[in-house]
Amino acid sequence: MSPDLLIALVMLTNFTLVATSRINKAIQVAVAQGVLLGLMPIAMGLGRHLHILAMAVAAVAVKGWLIPFLLRRAMREVQIQREVDPFIGYTASLLLCAVGTGLSLILAHSLPLNPGAAPPFLVPAALATLFTGFLLLVSRRKALTQVVGYLVLENGIYLFGLLLVEDMPALVETGILLDLFVGVFVMGIVIHHIRAAFDSTDIRHLAELKD
Amino acid sequence: MAGLLIALPLAAALVAFLVPSPTWRARLLPATAVLHLALLLLVLRHWQTLPAGAWLGLDALGGWTLLVISTLFAICAFYAPSYLALRPDRDHRIFTTCLLAFLGLASLLAEARHPGLVWVAMETTTLTTAPLIYFNHNRRSLEATWKYLVIGSVGIALALLGTLFVAYAAHMGGVEEPLQFPRLMQEAGLLSKPWLRAGFVLTLVGYGTKMGLAPLHTWKPDAYGETPGIVGALLAGGVTSCAFLALLRITAVVAAAGEGAFARQILVGFGLLSMAWALVFMVGQTDFKRLLAYSSVENMGVLALGIGLGGAATRFALYHMAANALVKTALFLSAGNIHRSYASKQLPHVTGALRRTPVSAALFLLGFLAITGLPPFAPFISEFNIAATALTAGHVWIGALFLLLLAGIFLGMSDTVLQVVFGTPSPQRVRTPYRDTFATTAPLIVALGLALGLGLWLPRPAGEMLRNAAATVEGAVPPPPAVRLAEVRP
Repeated sequence: MSPDLLIALVMLTNFTLVATSRINKAIQVAVAQGVLLGLMPIAMGLGRHLHILAMAVAAVAVKGWLIPFLLRRAMREVQIQREVDPFIGYTASLLLCAVGTGLSLILAHSLPLNPGAAPPFLVPAALATLFTGFLLLVSRRKALTQVVGYLVLENGIYLFGLLLVEDMPALVETGILLDLFVGVFVMGIVIHHIRAAFDSTDIRHLAELKD
Repeated sequence: MAGLLIALPLAAALVAFLVPSPTWRARLLPATAVLHLALLLLVLRHWQTLPAGAWLGLDALGGWTLLVISTLFAICAFYAPSYLALRPDRDHRIFTTCLLAFLGLASLLAEARHPGLVWVAMETTTLTTAPLIYFNHNRRSLEATWKYLVIGSVGIALALLGTLFVAYAAHMGGVEEPLQFPRLMQEAGLLSKPWLRAGFVLTLVGYGTKMGLAPLHTWKPDAYGETPGIVGALLAGGVTSCAFLALLRITAVVAAAGEGAFARQILVGFGLLSMAWALVFMVGQTDFKRLLAYSSVENMGVLALGIGLGGAATRFALYHMAANALVKTALFLSAGNIHRSYASKQLPHVTGALRRTPVSAALFLLGFLAITGLPPFAPFISEFNIAATALTAGHVWIGALFLLLLAGIFLGMSDTVLQVVFGTPSPQRVRTPYRDTFATTAPLIVALGLALGLGLWLPRPAGEMLRNAAATVEGAVPPPPAVRLAEVRP
């Protein structure tokens, strides 16, 4: 599979994410996006480096298996209602996502790239994914969808990191992946407590503290 | 030896997790803290001889920051057993484990010589401090924890992107990994400028969120307001110093690349905005723990402003990091004592604390005066010198605005603080068994004493370290280590 096709699919998942009304579908799409990104280094022809291959396998394992496992468990335990329950409607979200993608293209244009080293749409796609993550974080009411937003945000950063994948020390990459996993794990625990305390995971309940 | 500074607290954290007795577990805190501080002082004797290619090690900047954090941690650790004894209802297995793990990760952050490693350490400190905020296990602390986790994680994700941008700037300039800081700074001239600038802005926003610079501070009043005073002290003096260090590392690279003016402008803007924002929310603030949170936002502004002004102000910003950490410890711990005594942290309920908890209330008042710039406490020295640098270096408007904001903050805070300390006792007040004891007040006296001592006298080795750290932040490339190594050989 060519890297350009993968990048196009990643951008497609962004739009699917903001238009999805079901939480478990949103989780599935975010996980699919993570797996697509995990395959990117191989599509970019970097599979010959052993440490990159190992990192790609680890990324697919964490994003495609471990994190969805944690999220599904959190969902089952707290018996969350199925709707995403957005602050911003689906049509408006889609439009915002399109605007964000356009802005990413413009922004990426002003940053110089090493010629020929990477797929040309990698940087705009990374920025657009980042923007989608932000959009999900601020526009959805359920705590779990905020975690999905965080995952998508991290996916965007991972995509950008592929520019540097040949240089980056494996130690640092492992640390980043581990932190992502532990982050989602801790958030899962907190969601469990939120559900126990409020009988819901709607973050509108979390609005007691203000000036 | 440097690795031991990281391993010791982490090992202690593991032991704390396994020890069944709450009393012994609590005693592990001061024991580890003292060992860590002693070990650090031993290691710090060799900060000049750090090899440029090392992955871990303390240079002047990291050493100074870790010294601040370790001292602050030791003070909190001596306070902790008596505090935890007051809360027999709450299991503190996770709490103690996370406290100790935080010290280990802060050491990792201070010693990390690679931008990626710095990021990993910073993110992990976020995750270990989140359970600390949830110590009280009620709805309000849950809300604070969730906000801290989500806002902190998003901020730190942006810092990661910024770090990758800086790495890409190096990649474009043909600088090869591993990108240790001395190497990045030596070859900073080669870095691609647009990527470096974008990377700086992203890391500033990311680590600035963890520091609590306005307008990225929104988690701060909630988190500081809902946690025990001891965690507030650790967050306000420890975690913020960690994030500040992470930001300074990137600032140093930017300065070495000749883009210092660009970075400084933005820092001055963030600094003044943080102070002004804090002032607005301090006026009429009835919750004295939230008041301290806004004071922390203000002091982060002072740090950013100091670095932004450059020159002598850089050194005094680093000095202010220590001053702020010490005074904030005293303030948060005394606020915690008053909170415990009144079972409330809201103004109409908590008045006239000087009668009920005389020592804590006096220390709270003294801490307030110290943080707002009463001579000869350490914050006065740094704030005075930052203002003096601004005025003498031609930034008259910045200096004037800085002084005006400091005066406003003094007035804004004083109203609430004076009512808490002196006001007539409210008829609605609740009776609680808490009274000031030696164990819950002595650590506070030490903290304020150190802030006073630091204001009067800075030991020469510490002064030299500060000077060197400030030079690093300004982008001075560290000297080739081989020469330095030869010097110290007998």
